[in-house]
Amino acid sequence: MKAKIYINGISSISAQNLDSEANPVSYHKTIFPAISPNYKEFIKPMALRRMSKAIKMGITSAKVALSEAKIEIPDAIITGTGEGCKQDTERFLENLLDQDEELLSPTSFIQSTHNTIGGQIALNLGCKNYNVTYTQNSASLESAFLDAEMQLLETSENKSVLVGGVDELSEKITQFKSLDGQLKSVDIHNLDLLKEDSPGTITSEGSHFFTLSTEKNNNSYAEFKDVSIKNSIQPEKINEEVEIFLIKNNINAAAIDAVIFGNNGDNRYDHYYKNLQQNLFKNTTQLAYKHLVGDYDTVSGFALYSACKILKNGRIPSIMNLNSSTPKKLKNILIYNQYLGRDHSLILLSAV
Amino acid sequence: MNRGVAVTGMGIISAIGNNTEANYRSLLSKESGISFPEILNTTHKNIPVGEIKFSNKSLTEASELPKGHSFTRAALLGSIAIKEALEQSKVKIDAETGFISGTSVGGIDATENHFKEFTEGKTENNRFIRSQHPGFTTEKIAGHFGITGFVSTISTACSSGANAIMMGARMIKTGKLKRVIVGGTDCLTKFTLNGFNSLMILSDKHCRSFDENRNGLNLGEGAAYLILEAEEELKGKPVLGRIMGYGNANDAFHQTASSENGEGALLAMQEALKIAKLKTGKIDYINAHGTATKNNDLSESRALQRLFGENVPDFSSTKTFTGHTLAAAGALEAVYSLLSLNKQQIFPNLNFSRTMNETGLEPVTELKEKKLDFILSNSFGFGGNCTSLIFAKDEG
Repeated sequence: MKAKIYINGISSISAQNLDSEANPVSYHKTIFPAISPNYKEFIKPMALRRMSKAIKMGITSAKVALSEAKIEIPDAIITGTGEGCKQDTERFLENLLDQDEELLSPTSFIQSTHNTIGGQIALNLGCKNYNVTYTQNSASLESAFLDAEMQLLETSENKSVLVGGVDELSEKITQFKSLDGQLKSVDIHNLDLLKEDSPGTITSEGSHFFTLSTEKNNNSYAEFKDVSIKNSIQPEKINEEVEIFLIKNNINAAAIDAVIFGNNGDNRYDHYYKNLQQNLFKNTTQLAYKHLVGDYDTVSGFALYSACKILKNGRIPSIMNLNSSTPKKLKNILIYNQYLGRDHSLILLSAV
Repeated sequence: MNRGVAVTGMGIISAIGNNTEANYRSLLSKESGISFPEILNTTHKNIPVGEIKFSNKSLTEASELPKGHSFTRAALLGSIAIKEALEQSKVKIDAETGFISGTSVGGIDATENHFKEFTEGKTENNRFIRSQHPGFTTEKIAGHFGITGFVSTISTACSSGANAIMMGARMIKTGKLKRVIVGGTDCLTKFTLNGFNSLMILSDKHCRSFDENRNGLNLGEGAAYLILEAEEELKGKPVLGRIMGYGNANDAFHQTASSENGEGALLAMQEALKIAKLKTGKIDYINAHGTATKNNDLSESRALQRLFGENVPDFSSTKTFTGHTLAAAGALEAVYSLLSLNKQQIFPNLNFSRTMNETGLEPVTELKEKKLDFILSNSFGFGGNCTSLIFAKDEG
């Protein structure tokens, strides 16, 4: 029999405070930063000074997810990041261009590689185990989860895997998103995002880490059932594709108690979600989250984090509701996400 | 029994040739691809590199891309290598065909060209805005070949390509895919050339891997991909070789430098042997990471001595031909390892004259005919990322 995978530790750093779901933070911008925790509780001040926000957020949330699961050294660290260490990349690139390739300091180059976050977590923990970083736009975190699932199921040994997604803002490169239609052309209120009928979205940053294990414990949030990634799906085939995924997992749409959709207010691509909202999941409780935390490549970590809390607490924060349907029970949650019509992903979780 | 995962196609483009045959001829004739930059628009015209002497324009024509396309140079190189691999394997592209590509900087060549325009708010070349992010390059290639299913990118610096091969092999083994294209691509960019230059680890000469007087690496560019297929898909198809083992570990020592005793490298090699169920004595040849930096070659040599003791197998670094192609390196060297298995030849380590004082290890410096059953290939990267792959001759 296939072993089960449990999520035993979770953590989130985002543009929302974690404990204020009744009073969500409101922004009137197309780009807004994540709210920083007190990094000094997790990282030595000397090291902290040299770190970009992605590294700070990554190490901090990794440590929270591990301590929740009471794991010191995981058997693998698997990271997803769509845009990597943009702040250091931007710094090195600007210096290079401004100084005409002369007299460059290597510091920001050293920290610019996409696997800096995973590498720095390993260094911080002293963890010599498996360590890989995926970067596939909005399927980066999902790629990491797919690898994590294999890490746990390839062997009969009990293992724990740390898996997470991190993306940061940078001053200029993030702003470029307003030049190719990725962002709304005018500032809007984030909480009104889903009422928008215009192209583009709003963006932010964050870090979400999870500790997975084949062993259940008292703190287990959810069972991680499956993840699927498809690079492109024809719009009219979306219901069919989701059904194929459900069949593979021996479940039907009626048994899904809530679906978390990635609607981001971009009227060019939200039809993928709306098609499912009106068809396969017409009678299902529908939830959304990007009006709270913006859209960025690994933001589905927030959906996963929310799903874990919903399954553990048996309660849905009303700010996430897309329709008025309330579930009779909370057993199975499906998460669907895509960005600009590519890098589609599905994640299925169950209550433990 | 562990038969490993079958490789049914391979393709490559590097500074020593734009297909497998051309690469093989250069390896046989000890013809290095190191030169001075002519295509890369850099002020550092005196730093030797492993440059592919085709402009983006001629690469575009070779792949018959439409005008106004947004392929990065890494996507252009990748497409050429994949085309060759697909022609060899005659694989069908369908929903169960995956694609996993390793790249370190993706399309940052486009970003560095257009960065100033973008900061000034100019939108003329805005189709290249997303190209900075590695997934964009992978997606361009996927679109070009009609791959719609599982597509992902690994970016673990210089071990990316090797990690992509490992991930693909695992997905075949666990039944998640029936066939998968795996490998890596990276082009020369001002970003990486200046990055390594600022670290002062670029040689001003042809790089001298494992030599006492080595003084740094030559940066290169290239792309290489393998087609991996599940056993039931083979149906009598020729198999070029098998991926028997793989291992990844983290040195957890320093963001860029390797530990002096090569701990991460040792752990990665041990894991690969464990997965392959092989004893150290079975390894006939090692295609080493061998970048020719002071730090890497010592660390890697120490790891080899710790693992193999007095009996370090034949080894060489083919980076003396191609330069260090970063994320593509593990994939290029996978192609060379498979060539070695098929031709039963070890390709030499160029520019070597004196063993390192610390280790006394001597690489293979002339073409060597030898019975080769198992080859180990190392790839190490920033962030302490260490990966080892083991390739085996197909037993038919």
